[in-house]
Amino acid sequence: MQITVNGEDTELAEDATVADLVATRRGGHDRVAVALNGDVVPRSSWPATRLSPGDTLEVLAPTAGG
Amino acid sequence: MSTSELAPALAREEAADPFGIAGETFTSRLLLGTGGVPSLETLEAAVRASGTQLVTVALRRVEASSSASMLEVLDRCGVRLLPNTAGCRTAREAVLTARLAREAFGTPWVKLEVIGDEHTLLPDAVELLDAAEQLVADGFTVLAYTTDDPILGRRLADAGCAAVMPLGSPIGSGLGIRNPHNIALLREGVDVPVVLDAGIGTASDAALAMELGCDAVLLASAVTRARDPERMALAMRQAVEGGRLAKLAGRIPRRWHAEASTSFEGLPEL
Repeated sequence: MQITVNGEDTELAEDATVADLVATRRGGHDRVAVALNGDVVPRSSWPATRLSPGDTLEVLAPTAGG
Repeated sequence: MSTSELAPALAREEAADPFGIAGETFTSRLLLGTGGVPSLETLEAAVRASGTQLVTVALRRVEASSSASMLEVLDRCGVRLLPNTAGCRTAREAVLTARLAREAFGTPWVKLEVIGDEHTLLPDAVELLDAAEQLVADGFTVLAYTTDDPILGRRLADAGCAAVMPLGSPIGSGLGIRNPHNIALLREGVDVPVVLDAGIGTASDAALAMELGCDAVLLASAVTRARDPERMALAMRQAVEGGRLAKLAGRIPRRWHAEASTSFEGLPEL
């Protein structure tokens, strides 16, 4: 299935969860936050949250900022 | 009391002059932003030289974010993290960003920033107040970055913000405090801490903020983009301490004409 991750079209397995996706995209960050279709997905819900075709995800990590 | 006894006594008084936000106590009245920092080594040197205990960070898409070691550096320095909502243009974006930051950083504290456009980076008052009300209702400790409007400052405090953070001038401009009168009025009008945030260019700007009655100063670019960030961080620390002491000490009034400090009485006729 195809979903959008951080603005890019991404191909994922049909049964993929948020946890599966974060595992491939976290880039060494421990403190990651995920928004699915405009809502926060709490870390505790990542393994149980299945993704659907057309979903839009934002995977965010800390950076320097004022 | 001799001078040599007075100085340690004053130093003790300073240590007993804590700065509190939402029940948390800080001995440093300087908050540091990490934006614009050229390297992690520089960041660590500046944080340590500044003596800060509260440091702002941001959230971005994972591909565009800093290396994970930035947080290792900040953790090692023992500072508390204050996530911001930098770049948000609407209350909706800011509220979602704050919730994501709470998830990522595990803190309900947020520096709420809602900007009106990318040229001035000035706060959008309407969206800001809306976001502040929503976040306070959701249990956040909101430190609101705002304009130097005393009325808006009061509205934010009334909405339950834990601190009000007026700008001295636009973010990164280094123009200092353009309207000192407004900052002093805003300080008078609220019971929560006031943190001068944005526009600081050099040490005298930070000292002025404290002399005007601000409880603390938040700055980033003035240190991170200085030629020598570590040295500027120390300068800011001393300026904040000096400005605070001057405020507590009570400055002399401004006079149009001179007032002799040496008595004219007993002046010989020569």
